[in-house]
Amino acid sequence: MKTDPRGVLTGVHYLDGDFACGEGAMAAGCRFVAGYPITPSTEVVERISRRFPFMGGTFIQMEDELASMAAVVGASWSGTKSMTVTSGPGFSLMMENIGLGAMMETPCVVVNVQRGGPSTGLPTMVGQADMMQARWGSHGDYQLIALSPQSPQEAFDLMIEAFNLAEQYRVPVMFMMDECVGHMTEKVVIPQADQIEVVPRTLTTKPPGEYWPYQVNGSHIPDMVRAGDGYRFHTTGLTHDYRGYPVMSADCQDESVRRLVDKIVLNADRIAHFDEEKVEGAEVVVLAYGITARVTRMGIELARREGLKVGFLRLVVVWPFPETKIRELAGRVKGFVVPEVNLGQVVLEVERCAAGRCPVVGVPHAGGGVHDPQIICDAIVRAAR
Amino acid sequence: MSTTAERVESAQGEHPIAPYLRMDRIPHIWCPTCGLGTVVKCYATALEETGLDLDKVSIVSGIGCTGRVAGYMKLDAFHSTHGRAIPFATGLKLGRPELNVTVFSGDGDLLGIGGNHFIHAARRNIDLLVVLVNNFIYGMTGGQNAPTTPMTAKSSTMPFGNFERPFNIPHLAASCGATYVARWTCLHVRRLTKAFAEALGRKGFRFIEVIAPCSTLYARLNRLGSGLDLLRFYHDSAEVRHGADTRELDMGFQEKFICGKFVDSERPTFTEAMNEHYSKILGDRYVPMTPEGGWIHE
Repeated sequence: MKTDPRGVLTGVHYLDGDFACGEGAMAAGCRFVAGYPITPSTEVVERISRRFPFMGGTFIQMEDELASMAAVVGASWSGTKSMTVTSGPGFSLMMENIGLGAMMETPCVVVNVQRGGPSTGLPTMVGQADMMQARWGSHGDYQLIALSPQSPQEAFDLMIEAFNLAEQYRVPVMFMMDECVGHMTEKVVIPQADQIEVVPRTLTTKPPGEYWPYQVNGSHIPDMVRAGDGYRFHTTGLTHDYRGYPVMSADCQDESVRRLVDKIVLNADRIAHFDEEKVEGAEVVVLAYGITARVTRMGIELARREGLKVGFLRLVVVWPFPETKIRELAGRVKGFVVPEVNLGQVVLEVERCAAGRCPVVGVPHAGGGVHDPQIICDAIVRAAR
Repeated sequence: MSTTAERVESAQGEHPIAPYLRMDRIPHIWCPTCGLGTVVKCYATALEETGLDLDKVSIVSGIGCTGRVAGYMKLDAFHSTHGRAIPFATGLKLGRPELNVTVFSGDGDLLGIGGNHFIHAARRNIDLLVVLVNNFIYGMTGGQNAPTTPMTAKSSTMPFGNFERPFNIPHLAASCGATYVARWTCLHVRRLTKAFAEALGRKGFRFIEVIAPCSTLYARLNRLGSGLDLLRFYHDSAEVRHGADTRELDMGFQEKFICGKFVDSERPTFTEAMNEHYSKILGDRYVPMTPEGGWIHE
């Protein structure tokens, strides 16, 4: 369906990534935001709190990030598209209720404008070291989706994709921006509302009495309801059966947790979103995401000047990881190079999928800045040997 | 000889509050002589008396013995995370303002791990009925010390008696701005039912503390006898004093205590204050959220 025009600031703008992200959320139909101030993400909610009163949206500044995430899960069950915005330390606090969102199968979006960590780390400087936390941060087995924008324009565009994926798969979607993209100001083109396609909540067509919140037929994703429509349903963070009733057994655990994982893993190729550039016939493929993708282009350019055939695979959706693509490439290239602003996170996934068939060269950076393109070029040269 | 489950089966449709319960989840997990069954009965009776549209009533619980209440009520029901029932309910309510949302949870959940959310929701006057069932102890996990355990009372983590001062909960709620504050015990069936009905009809952050026996842990650790002995204690020691100064509502160990309605006032809820303020500042340009929720439903 087409989105609500009230949330769409159509036009050509000069915006930073945080503002563009906020505009993307509003254009996607988000009408409830709960958040707690934290650098470098706060501008997202500042933008939203200034614009929401004109489009029927409610922003509430909660007492902490635990409350923010809990409120977002609650609001999503009211039927209103919901999100929260934070950075590292707040992201850590949200993990508990991100797990609740995964367990209750609640569509919502969590924006993390990554800064340097651990702990308070580098509040005003860039990091990409929460990527594994996005994937594994809450306890137990579950899968969710994570995207990483490389520019303010993408911060806008991908927010719409993030909300749509959340609805399609009934899952919390992590929007893994970074401080550089968040605070980078560039041209952002916001289209007309009638050009923005959004996925509405898949509400059940069954009447009350015949509906169970976790009953699936064929698909891995159950239809949803919202509070206040007469279904008198029950949902819980405890392991539950198709009725949403707690069942403390290994059998029920196996069935329900497997489905939480399968609904993402089995759809990984459908969710996958990456850009390829000169990957065909490449000796070395560089894989990057977020701000590092921008820096990597220069590193690749330097390596090409030295006569190397270098391909570029830019991850837009980082989780689920594009295993099929990496496995396929691993049999054909001399090596992978994976620069990221952390000491080695997504590179581990590349190593796993390459499974020893070609070398994988990580290019770590502890954060607080981005890579020198020459270092990426040097890594490409090493991988090509 | 019939099994418990069969007896429950035969009672379906007969018990006056059966329509308000998920009878397919009965028997419940609570211990014999636990006060929670009575509290649920009072709440369900109040729902019936108020004649509220139950399709629009939601219930949210946290974790713990009282945290199981949401699971037994035949309403839109959410069993959330430990301590987060209030912020979960806040999102639910703000996301669809026409909902009537009750939070039902225990003393450890709402005032231990969830204490920060409690005070802020009361300060903001979020439109929620918050029912706190106080059994003075962490029941589900085995009788550990709670922020409500009376001085000198024993718990499994204060085996020589509690030396931490507990909260005076009604005073805390009133100080933070709750619009309705009452305390009853689960022995006060009629008064508690009336309080639930009254509070369901009010607006704002409405708070009811219900003192309830935990004979399995609290009474056993403190050698207070059976659940019935605790009810006798409530009978003999609870003094009803409406409008009492909330500073006088501390709970001592096995000492006389005060019950009643202490606050019944009006002030704009979070949503009312927001709507009024934005309408004043922004005039016709202000677009409030519809009672049904955000845009996607239109």
